[in-house]
Amino acid sequence: MDLLPTPSQTLGPFFHLGLTTEARSIACMASAQAKGERVWLCCRIFDGEGQPVNDAMIELWHADAEGRYHDCNANTGADPECPGFGRLATDEEGRCEFETVKPGRVPGPNDALQAPHIAVAIFARGLLKQLFTRIYFADDPANVDDPVLSLVPENRRGAIMAEPEPARPGHWQFDIHLQGEQETVFFDV
Amino acid sequence: MDRPTSQRPIVHPYRRHTPGTQPEFLYEPYRSTITRSPRKPLIFLPHTLSETTGPVYGHDDVAEADHDLTLQHSGEPLGERIIVSGRVLDSNGRPVPNALVEIWQANAAGRYAHAKDQHPAPLDPNFSGAGRALTDQTGAYHFVTIKPGPYPWLNHYNAWRPAHIHFSIFGRAFLSRLVTQMYFPGDPLFAFDPIFQSVPDEKARQRMISRFDLETTQPQWATGYKFDIVLRGEEATPFET
Repeated sequence: MDLLPTPSQTLGPFFHLGLTTEARSIACMASAQAKGERVWLCCRIFDGEGQPVNDAMIELWHADAEGRYHDCNANTGADPECPGFGRLATDEEGRCEFETVKPGRVPGPNDALQAPHIAVAIFARGLLKQLFTRIYFADDPANVDDPVLSLVPENRRGAIMAEPEPARPGHWQFDIHLQGEQETVFFDV
Repeated sequence: MDRPTSQRPIVHPYRRHTPGTQPEFLYEPYRSTITRSPRKPLIFLPHTLSETTGPVYGHDDVAEADHDLTLQHSGEPLGERIIVSGRVLDSNGRPVPNALVEIWQANAAGRYAHAKDQHPAPLDPNFSGAGRALTDQTGAYHFVTIKPGPYPWLNHYNAWRPAHIHFSIFGRAFLSRLVTQMYFPGDPLFAFDPIFQSVPDEKARQRMISRFDLETTQPQWATGYKFDIVLRGEEATPFET
């Protein structure tokens, strides 16, 4: 039987009361016992006029340090201390900060290994459906032959690289521009 | 939750949407899309494990009472008590068990229990307007709540949203995640609502409207509305039986 999926609609400005209460938000995606390099990831979202988007929700999804997803469909042997899922609303400055471990390499198309990355879904007032992007880590040597990055024009790859904060080891910054000159690379998933 | 063990992950690509059945990012009548929609072409992404796997989230801590929004305070909320039920299916018609369904909504007067809602309609101390449920083995879920009221917004002169309940659903894959709104049959505001009208295809719009259901209506207690939700499913494989 073939069915057509239900259309998406915006989550509107009042989603906090259902989706990002204290109990529902997840800032820490891997416990202190999780294996791997600990990272703090500060995300910010801006609209086409450069204004911070203070009513968005970001969901992140990534594999454990060895590249295994803590998948709801199968027991993959992933690190149980690394559920790898995060969900936060942005604050008045359009910002939210996640804590986790750097993901390992996950198999990609044609068995090529992908560079460490985090899948991102962005929901907001004014977004009639979620935007999909990815966060890569700037200067990771695996970026060079990542099969997905190679689909992105070279001059735009920087737009999906988290940048390290020189003064604070382990801290990374990822800016999302919904529109404009610095528009983030969004994927047709 | 029991999950089958798999040593070597296999990627089953998911079906892509049929044009016209989902909104585009830019729909000018809904003004907030103008500065929030991307303008560069999206890059086609072949599905990998990063898209076809999905998180274990909320599965262990959904309480039985979370599905009844009329029992969250000491008193009963005002308004028309309703039962909203349905099934979560994928586009191959298969039920999606263990799917987390989260809802939030305005109260009977059309006011959200949210600090930023400025609509001068009364708050109801007995109604918070948020609930969650997990689908059972047949993909079925149900909520007990209050029928939300329509409310004004500032999109254009005399703009009113049709009554709706927000739905957020986790399926089996990060890519099949869906956030939508459930509407009520016969709402006179449909024709004037750019969010509802943002879906180009008329038949697709109808899939966001629940239907009144006498079977789930309970005598002397509450009316029933049915709302089935369809998530993206995997592409058919020729070897499957």
